[in-house]
Amino acid sequence: MHTCNLGKYQFSIFGYRLIFLFFFNSRASELLFDGVKEHQVTLPGQSDPWDMKQLLVWIQRNLLKERPELFVQGESVRPGILVLINDADWELMGELDYQLQDQDCIVFISTLHGG
Amino acid sequence: MSEDVSCLKAQLEEKEREIAALKNKLSLLEKSQTLVLDLHDKVTPLTPLRAKHALSNEDIMRYSRQLLLPDLGVRGQLNLSKTSVLIVGCGGLGCPLAQYLAAAGIGRLGLLDYDEVELSNLHRQVLHGEENQGQAKALSAANAVRRLNSTVECVPYHLQLSPENALQLIQQYDIVADCSDNVPTRYLVSDACVLSGKPLVSASALRMDGQLTVYNYRGGPCYRCLYPAPPPPETVTNCSDGGVLGVVPGIMGCFQALEVIKIASGQGSSFGQQLLMFDAQDARFRSIKLRPRQAGCAVCGEEPSVTQLVDYEAFCGSAATDKCQRLHLLSRDQRITAQDYKSILDDAGPHLLLDVRPLVEVDICHLPFSLNIPLSSLEERKSEHLQLLRERVGQLKRQMAGGGRPPVYVICKQGNDSQKAVQLLEKMSGSELDHVTVKDISGGLMAWARTVDPTFPQY
Repeated sequence: MHTCNLGKYQFSIFGYRLIFLFFFNSRASELLFDGVKEHQVTLPGQSDPWDMKQLLVWIQRNLLKERPELFVQGESVRPGILVLINDADWELMGELDYQLQDQDCIVFISTLHGG
Repeated sequence: MSEDVSCLKAQLEEKEREIAALKNKLSLLEKSQTLVLDLHDKVTPLTPLRAKHALSNEDIMRYSRQLLLPDLGVRGQLNLSKTSVLIVGCGGLGCPLAQYLAAAGIGRLGLLDYDEVELSNLHRQVLHGEENQGQAKALSAANAVRRLNSTVECVPYHLQLSPENALQLIQQYDIVADCSDNVPTRYLVSDACVLSGKPLVSASALRMDGQLTVYNYRGGPCYRCLYPAPPPPETVTNCSDGGVLGVVPGIMGCFQALEVIKIASGQGSSFGQQLLMFDAQDARFRSIKLRPRQAGCAVCGEEPSVTQLVDYEAFCGSAATDKCQRLHLLSRDQRITAQDYKSILDDAGPHLLLDVRPLVEVDICHLPFSLNIPLSSLEERKSEHLQLLRERVGQLKRQMAGGGRPPVYVICKQGNDSQKAVQLLEKMSGSELDHVTVKDISGGLMAWARTVDPTFPQY
């Protein structure tokens, strides 16, 4: 089982121990998540395991303050956001179909362009 | 007699040493004078880099501390001297990158930047000095690099990389480093590297964060594999808006130098299918496994749809620069100039001046009589801020004996956010707020500094 050694970012949820990290530019994270990088949440229990598609919907309904277009587009994340599952590009893990597991670490990164 | 001989011999040796020292000094001086750097404003063919077959004594002394590394050694050093690297952007990333590549003995450096040196660059673009303000960054960087190592061949390009010149330029180099500052250039450089088969060592930095990946390298992804669609322009923050701590691009540029040196010397890069993330706040590096080259990629996939360079500004919906773009959201009668506002102040007309910049910018400078409510607070309808605004509008209404709508003038740094705020306040006027007449001050505080009060700071 994968463990993210992130100390303060860890928290427990209904059967899963999940970690969310949002690396966004400050304005977007202010608009989207009140400037908070990590969130303590409880996912409701359900008969089937959660997948990433459901998780994105859940984040949109429960964590996003406003301007969801800064985070999602269609049923996936908007262009320019990279999603990591346990320190790996989610493309390697099945993207939207990936089934969440206990102790998973989910990171959302917005690409930087400055130099 | 024999004493005279030995004395004369000693004197002669002394003079010979002096002559050698003078000759050395002269040759160094001649070398630096004859190599007047030619600033290129267009792409021209370069002569092939001459391959060095052995290190000179001077080379051995200069590079001795890295020659001692088994990872590099003489073979690696010779490989470096045979390699040409194109640096796209001589800013916060490009400066340390060029510096370390030159110091390490790279063969040829192409230094490209369309911009000139400004005072606000110097905190992070460490090759440029105060005396270089107004000079082409490419030339300033090339001169600095030459002072460091005159054996490195520098080619400064004072031009904008474009779909017309990118392929011709990139084909002439072995490795490309993306040190640019905008989305269209990042797609352009990546596509050009795929089409010419060059590895791309790419880094970026903003505020307290940095990222690095080597694209198009040993089966790893290209930029488009990772980001098939460009980000919506409104989600992109540049350094002149968002700020950046100088040492952050410094660290990322040094990382680029490391990876370029590893590729050039033959050791190979560790970041072909990896993304390095640097969080300067927590001093944490994270290395992330990326997807491999994507079969469905539009440019490096099995059936590419992009087979030549395209219009990247149109593709991204933004300009290939990090300069602030001017928004035009309001009609002419919804805007006043900074001089108009000065007249209103001089006439002592009752009004409210609303500064919608974030607090961190208000701390840098502000007009003393302004009320600060950040645009984000208005957008989020923050109750304490709305209450404050209502009170101030109420006071103003009581001051205005003749009635009418209280005038509110909105200001920000350059006159973009103020326009958004005017649109927002017009929606709120008469519902969430008393009826008000809202206008923005075109060009913001920077226009105020330029046209009304030259003692007001610009940033």
